[in-house]
This record gives sequence, structure tokens and C-alpha cells, in this order.
Amino acid sequence: MRSTSSRFLSSMLAAPAASVAGLIVLLLALAAFAAPPFLADPFNPMNASLLDAFTPPAFLPNGLPAFPLGTDDQGRDMLVAMAFGLRTSILIGVSSVAIGLLVGVSLGLLAGFAGGKIDALIMRIADVQLAYPALLLAMIIDGSVRSAFGALIDVRVSVAIVIVSIGFAFWVQYARTIRSSVLVERGQDYVAAARVTGRSGLAIALLHILPNVMAPVLVIATINLGIAIITEATLSFLGIGLPLTHASLGTLIRNGNNFLQSGEWWISVWPCALLVIFVVAVNVLGDHLRDVFNPKLRRRR
Amino acid sequence: MLTVNRSIRIGILAAALASPLAAPGASAATFKFASPVDAYTLDPHAVSNTLVFAILGNIYEPLVRRGGDLQLEPALATKWTLVDNSTWRFELRKGVKFQDGGDFTADDVVFSFERAKAGGIKSNLSTLESVKKVDDYTIDIKTRGVDPIVPMEITNWFIMSKAWSEKNGAVQPGSPDNKVETFANRNAMGTGPFKLAGRDPGVKIEFEKNPAWWDKPVGNIDKATFFVIPNPSARVSALVSGEVDMIDTLPPQDTQRIEQTKGLKVLAGPDLRVAFLLADVNRDELLYSDVKGKNPFKDKRVREAMQLAIDLDAIKTKVMRNYSKPLGLAIAPEVNGFDPELGKPVQPDVAKAKALLTEAGYPNGFSVTFDCTNDRFMNDEATCIAISGSLGRIGIKAEPRAQTTSKWAQQINPPGYNTSLTMVGYSPFTYDAHIFLTSLLHSRDAAGRGVFNIGGYSNPKVDELIAQIQSDTNPDSRRQKIREALKIAKDDVALIPIHQLNILWAAKDTVNVVQPADLAYPLRLFSVKQ
Repeated sequence: MRSTSSRFLSSMLAAPAASVAGLIVLLLALAAFAAPPFLADPFNPMNASLLDAFTPPAFLPNGLPAFPLGTDDQGRDMLVAMAFGLRTSILIGVSSVAIGLLVGVSLGLLAGFAGGKIDALIMRIADVQLAYPALLLAMIIDGSVRSAFGALIDVRVSVAIVIVSIGFAFWVQYARTIRSSVLVERGQDYVAAARVTGRSGLAIALLHILPNVMAPVLVIATINLGIAIITEATLSFLGIGLPLTHASLGTLIRNGNNFLQSGEWWISVWPCALLVIFVVAVNVLGDHLRDVFNPKLRRRR
Repeated sequence: MLTVNRSIRIGILAAALASPLAAPGASAATFKFASPVDAYTLDPHAVSNTLVFAILGNIYEPLVRRGGDLQLEPALATKWTLVDNSTWRFELRKGVKFQDGGDFTADDVVFSFERAKAGGIKSNLSTLESVKKVDDYTIDIKTRGVDPIVPMEITNWFIMSKAWSEKNGAVQPGSPDNKVETFANRNAMGTGPFKLAGRDPGVKIEFEKNPAWWDKPVGNIDKATFFVIPNPSARVSALVSGEVDMIDTLPPQDTQRIEQTKGLKVLAGPDLRVAFLLADVNRDELLYSDVKGKNPFKDKRVREAMQLAIDLDAIKTKVMRNYSKPLGLAIAPEVNGFDPELGKPVQPDVAKAKALLTEAGYPNGFSVTFDCTNDRFMNDEATCIAISGSLGRIGIKAEPRAQTTSKWAQQINPPGYNTSLTMVGYSPFTYDAHIFLTSLLHSRDAAGRGVFNIGGYSNPKVDELIAQIQSDTNPDSRRQKIREALKIAKDDVALIPIHQLNILWAAKDTVNVVQPADLAYPLRLFSVKQ
């Protein structure tokens, strides 16, 4: 039997769409994380250059080669601003998915392994939460935390609130998936064997069952990464996520939206395009992962 | 049914044909308009806030009001005379009814004075000592010393019904930070041309014509709805789609589009408001800064450095698209006491600013939060971000913290003054510098002077001059003293002026409005062509 990673790599080569998507995600993420250390953060007030404001993209009349995609209303280079914005969006996306995973996997494992009343309680909470759209839930968490802290919070706290809000909005899927897998695995011989050796319940759950149920969850997590990035962008666009002075794809689009009707289209169109391209690429990649790891589809091949 | 409808339609058509330029007031009309912010209270005595006055000025009335040409006109008072050096006698209008049918008398005026003196607008009335009833339709206003401009000072002091307030438990005014609410906070009942027909906080306010109003409206509005639409693009879209007839605070970047749209027009005029920065010069340690144990803003050199770092021209051309006027004073040229020489904007000089900051002991600058509104004036958040960028050039990292006006006001308003650096806008509704000096540059005191002196600036010489200005009846020497007070404050860099704003409205061509520089919405003067 081939290893999982080699199976993944060879399948990638067999699926050109997934390869292209993977390449796009890789390149964009690389640009987002490699650029900032070398370029000055345009959102740092120390680097402001108001006189460059509203420079059109270089290919338009009055464009400047120094700003290939133009500048925004505060004179920030759109290209650099997008690199910084994408970095924040990816960080928020990945962190919130990680939080969702942590919460969802722990609760799913607990529900499946403990069963009984604990299982019932956790799953009923999950059912209730499923009735709320994730975005609405993130807005509720974000809003209540903010009103508790008041407006006097630091930008970093703001980012943390967004991460936690999105993270908590997505734990249910993981918990349900893990729980059903655990219910299947619980009756397997290797679990019984581990019990016989006298291992504790926690050790069995973490060391024996968890590794065997993680694959489907990781597939969901990849797809959720795209959704988390869109949720962040939506929150920030609505003005309840990050402030305008902190770049994310959402704040860039929100800022650009003010100038969409006055002809300075590039301030919003570029970040919108970047969001679409990045999320589509992540989703194609996620779909592909699902195909690779789905045992039923695999057998059919 | 059909015939009735048709005959009405024909009637209207006939009227329209007969007088294509029908005099306003000829036919009934509804008027819908939208602004980015809601009046955050309906209590006329809770807070001195231009938008609250703009809304309530349609429901409540003062003794003396301003007409469309900004001249003073008799409203609830018909005549006023100076009896002696410190007494003004006002004769009240007879036969005026409140909207609940109650009679308007001197008791209501005395009641409204006591109520206002207990509320957030007391600073506007700080020179008034007492109001005494002479008879049912005559009152005497006693002033602290001589006060030649009493009629100008009371145009935003609205008269409430004593009976109504007592009946509804609204004798005490709400608090300026809106934490204390009374019945009058959500309800309004005055003598004015419009009645409050509905209120949905943060969404809309509905007005309905008061048929029993003592005066005749110039315009033809029967029903008006004020919508709150915070998002600028949504506001513009509401106008373009015909949902509303007029919008306040048109984003300057959208003026061209409105002008090119058939049936719409841009209405621009000078705004009495000037935007400026106030820094906390009072506390020994700033609330929100990385400098501990001392307050950098107490050092004049730091304030001067900040002033020199800010590129006002760049803000005007890039952020405001020329819909602003950079100033060296925090009062507009339209205000009595404005001095053209002092009013010249300070030219930026980054090298000198850096040198001053180094001299003050902050060669690497420092960081501080910068409180701003994001819905009050045109491009206020963008202006703050641009100022933050300007200050960044000399190493001061001012992190903008933009909030809606209501949240911002709750934070920075008295009694908390919970800010280290903030951008504010102020309009002296008396069109005279005295109210500005009293509210913003006088030391804070129990009488309500210095109430909007958010930074806590205090200079005994300025206080002394303000007292002299108040009682000076000679226009020339009075102006000279205003100039002196403004000059001392300017030399102290008590505040950092940014620019005079423009009022920028957009409306349908069929709408005829007046656009007073004090930002009022005098619906009685508005009309809509049917």
C-alpha cells in the first residue's frame, strides 16, 4: 500500500485543475508571507504617502511604474497592500480553522467516546448551533465580546476576536464527523486490545482512535479554510471585523467600495479578484483532497 | 372610485398646468431624507449637538429662531429689549398651543430654563443667571454681567411643556452620555411646525405637519421621514434609486456622478463646523500611550511638532477633494471674531517638527491612540488616517480608533473625557466666537464653561479675556479681545486646527431646500414639487 503523501502527489499530477490550484495557493501564500519582511507595511502610519493617493494602475493614463496596480485613497501601493492583506486573511483563516478543529475534535471525541448524557448534551448544542448561519454566529460572538470590552481594544485583540468568532462558528462539522467515526472505531478490535492492556480512556482516545479518524476532518478543514477567509472578509466588509487601518482582504474591499462609484475601481476590484482567485483555488484543492481521501471513490478507481 | 380618482388627478394636473411654478405651500407633499447618523437623543436639553438640534428644531421651538437667511426672527417671543445692563425682557407670543393642546405660557419658559441648566446644554446658557416670570406672557432673563448677545445664544434653547414633562416624569434632563434616559429621550412634544409621528432609534424619525402651528410654513411639506443610512454608497444609491429625496453628507468622491445624473443636483455650502484635534493636556499620564509616568502633550513643543507635521493641503486635495478649507483657527470665517491673519493655515515643516520633538525628549516619537468618528463629517475616518500618516512622518504613531458618533461621544464626552487624542468638530451656533471660547478653551468649571474642552486646556489669561468679551458691548474692542484670546490659544497650540468642512447634500431637482451653515434641517422652509 502506497503512503498517503505519495498517493496525494501522484493524484495531483493526474488532475491538472488541482495542480494549478495548488500552485496558485502556494505562490499566493508565498507572496503574502515572503513579501512583508522585505517591503514596508503600507498600513503603518510611518510609511504613509498621502500625495500618492488615487494613482491609477500603471497601464492606465497617469499611472506610474512604481505602482503597477495603482494606489488607494491614502497612497498605499495596492500590490503591497494586497500582500499584507492576504497575509492577515490567511492567518485569520488558518487560525480560526485551527480553533474550530481543536474545539470540534475535542468535543466530538468526547461525545463519541463518553456517550450517554455527555454525548447527548454536546450533540444537542451542535444541533442548535447548526440552526444559525455561521456568519450570523460569528457576528453575535464578535458583537458580544466587543460590547463587553468596549471600544477600547487593541487591534491585536480585534484580530483575536475575529479568529475566535469564526473558529467557534465552524466547530460543529468537525465534532459531528469525529463523533460518528469514533462510534465506528470504538467497536474495532484494536480498541478492545488497547483496553485489555489497561490503557486509560484518554490515552485510547488520543493515541489509538484519533489518528484513525482525522483524515475526513482534515478534508473538511481545507474546504472550511476558504469559507473562513470569506467570513473574515464579510465581517470586515460589514465593518465589524478589522478596522480600516489594518489590512485584510475584507478591509481592502470595504475601503475600495467607497470609491467604486467614483471611477477609482482599482481600489476594490483588485482585492476582490484576489479573494475570489485564492478562495476558488483553496476550494478546488479541498475538493481534490476529498476525492483522494474518500475511501469509496478510491475503491472505484 | 375610478371617477373620483380621475377627477382628483385631473384637478392636480390642472393645477400644475395653471401654475408650473406653483408657489410653495400650494400643494401637500412628503419629503424623505437620509443622513449618516441618528440624533442620539430626542431630549432637547441633554446634549449640545448640532444634529440633535437639527432634528428637534422642527418639533420644539426657541424664543428666538433663525430664518433661512440666518437672520434672527421672533419665534415664541415676539419682542425683546434690554431693560438694564444685566436684564433682558422677552414678551411671549400669545395663543400658542403645544402639540398636546396645552397652552404655552411663561411657566413653560421658566421650567425649560431650569431643566436646561441641569442638562448637557448648560454650557450654551452659561452667561444666563436666571429666568423670572413677570406675568403669564412676559419673562426677564438676568445675565451674569452684561451680555449683549443673549438673543443669539438662545436659538437652540428649546421650550418644553411643563405640564407634559411633569406628567411623563421628564422633569430632569437625560445625561449627555445618554446613560440616564427619560421619557423625553424617546418622545418629543413642542410647539413647532412638525409633530413627532414615529421614532425607530438608529433607523428613522417621522414627522407630521402640526396643523395648529401659530406660524405659516414657507414650504409645503406635510410628512417627512428622516432615515439613518450610515454607509455612504448605500446613501447615494438610496437617492439615485429615488427612495429618498435628499441625502446629507454626500461623499465628495461621488459629486461628479450626482452632477451627471439627470434629475439630481449637488448642494454645497460652507459648514460652520471646523474639524480640529484635541490632545489630553490635563492628565499627568496619558490613558492610551506607551509613554508612562508623564504626559507628552503637556509639552507645548510636542503639540507644535504635531501641528507642523500635518500636511493640511494634501488632506484637502486628496481626502476632501477640495470640499474643505484648511484653517489656522478652529472657527470658521463666517463666525464673528474670526481673524484672517490668525486663520491662515500653518504650513507643514517636517524638519522643524522633528527637531522640536527631539528637543522635547522624544527623538523616536511615541505611540498614542487617536479617537475618531466614522460617520459624523465628510470622510472623517479617512481624514484621521491621513493625519495619522502625517504624524507618522515625525515618529508619532497615532493609531486611529474610528467609531460611530454615538459610541465616540459616550467615550470622550463629559464627565469621562476618556481620550488621549481625538478629532472633533464644533460649530458655534451663535455665529460668534464667544460660545466657542467658552465651551472649548475656558478651563472646565461647574458652571459648564469648558464643557467640550476635552483636552483640559487651562490658561487664566484666556479665562479672564472670555469674561471680558462676554460683557463688552463695544463691537471693536470686543473683537480685539476675541483676537487676543484666540492668539494666546494659538500660540499655546491649545488645539490643532484642521479644516472648515463643507456641507455637501445631494437632492432631486424637484426639491427646494435651504442649507444653513449650522447644519439645521428647517423642514418648514423645504418644499417638494409634485
